Amino acid sequence: MRKAMKTKRNLVTAALVAPAAAWLTVFLVLPFIAMLVFAFGERAPEGGYQAAFTFAQFANLPTRAAAFWNTLLLAPAGALLCLLVAYPVAYYLALKANPRFRLILVSLVVVPFWTSLLVRTYAWMYILGSRGIPHLLAMIGIEDVRLLNTPGAVLLGIVYGYLPLMIMPIYVSLEKLDRRLLEASADLGAKPVSSFFGVTLPLSLPGVMTGVALVTILLLGEYLIPQLLGGGKVFFIGNALVDLFLQSRNWPFGSAIAVTLVAVVVIVLMVAMRIAWKVAGTRQVDLV
Amino acid sequence: MRALVSSVYLFLYAPIVLVVLFSFNAGRNASEFTGFSTAWYGKALGNTFLVSALQNSLMIAFTSAALAAVFGTMAALGMERLGIRTRAVFDALFAAAIVVPGVVIGIATLVALVAVFSFVNPALATIWPGDHPPQLGLGYGSIIAAHGLFSMALVAMIVKARIASLGRDIVEASSDLYATPLTTFRLIVLPQILPSILAGFLLAFTFSFDDFIIAFFVAGSKTTLPIYVFASIRRGVTPEINAIATLVLVASLLLILTARLLMREKKSKSGE
Repeated sequence: MRKAMKTKRNLVTAALVAPAAAWLTVFLVLPFIAMLVFAFGERAPEGGYQAAFTFAQFANLPTRAAAFWNTLLLAPAGALLCLLVAYPVAYYLALKANPRFRLILVSLVVVPFWTSLLVRTYAWMYILGSRGIPHLLAMIGIEDVRLLNTPGAVLLGIVYGYLPLMIMPIYVSLEKLDRRLLEASADLGAKPVSSFFGVTLPLSLPGVMTGVALVTILLLGEYLIPQLLGGGKVFFIGNALVDLFLQSRNWPFGSAIAVTLVAVVVIVLMVAMRIAWKVAGTRQVDLV
Repeated sequence: MRALVSSVYLFLYAPIVLVVLFSFNAGRNASEFTGFSTAWYGKALGNTFLVSALQNSLMIAFTSAALAAVFGTMAALGMERLGIRTRAVFDALFAAAIVVPGVVIGIATLVALVAVFSFVNPALATIWPGDHPPQLGLGYGSIIAAHGLFSMALVAMIVKARIASLGRDIVEASSDLYATPLTTFRLIVLPQILPSILAGFLLAFTFSFDDFIIAFFVAGSKTTLPIYVFASIRRGVTPEINAIATLVLVASLLLILTARLLMREKKSKSGE
């Protein structure tokens, strides 16, 4: 009797998780295995994939070094720039803002992140393009300023696009901060500045780490911002992948790059978590 | 400090406001406002390519979000009853579905589907009785499948968090009073997790509706709204695109606000 009930319970459980398990297997696990297999294959003469076992694709990676360098330099640089802008905002929201308006102000930060990145990025094409700021500058006599299609434009787009995602985790960690610690610090004669560096900043580091890691990881696979604001000159790995799969149809090489990208993401994630454990002294890091 | 924070808000909203403002511009010029007009909206809605892209996007977003809401909720309910190890595997896979860059998800899905098609289509052709065997290919199905992946992960995460905060005592009381598990689910559990399911559905819908990169890889010859907007932008910025962009912004905004409202209700009810 007992056993029958247990079997029934297990069947129900299996039935509940089966569709999601099937989905994850067919559209996540198997595709990754396929991609790994493709990475060791060859490009068919007419494009696409041809079975083989060769490391040639990985040996070819240096031909796309520019995309890797741009990504590995601009993604962390963008994340740090984002941090510089985000920290004061998070600090203000958590510690200085009027509690009555706090929720509204926080929501106002989040709303843009939830709207189309494509549209928000394209807005900057508009502003930085020849009819935008350069047009205004020309009116006051500053001619021939090029803003669009530069690394600076890509960095600006990154900060703009990912700022909300940086503000939120820092805000959360600052909001949890025990105010009594700041009072104690002041009572012990610390000036506000040394209270900030001695108490507030260290206690907000888990949030800072989460924000930097999240933004960096997402940026590693970025396509739209470099494409629209970098104008094909500031290429990221994502742009190289689209090019290889949809234009030159070199699937094995594209797969090798994608596999390398995933490896980079995993390494960044592991390093971030390791640093986070060290600074926070805890194994709790919420990355999702 | 206040000035700094205000300027950040200005930075966040000015570009959006600009796009919306210029969607009402009478003239074609992208740098000066020559008068108020809704003509570009009429033009956008009269554009058959655009309207069919919009219909595709809505259909894909609805289907993948609905699938995700059902299967994601089932998974969240089932995962609680799993052993620790199996649950950890699920958690890791769901996290991967969200964290892995969209570019890679798109590529992996494309590569896998094409590999499957290259096996299935010839096999289908040999066993098919008629002259024109159906050809499996990229299209609605592949976009829905790929969007369903991260959508399901999203719904499962949100519903799981809600289940974790549910009071066990009511569920136990219900079964002590001889309610069948199904009755307990229908009368006790479901009403409490329903707002989270809806919130998950709306978030999934928005993600799918806004997604460009995954669809770009697996859409085949089909066009979704973001793909259409992307292609048009590359041809040059027009007020018509501003009108479409404004519509996209308003739509995702409304969905997100509704989802947030539903999630907030969940919080206040559980007394957090």
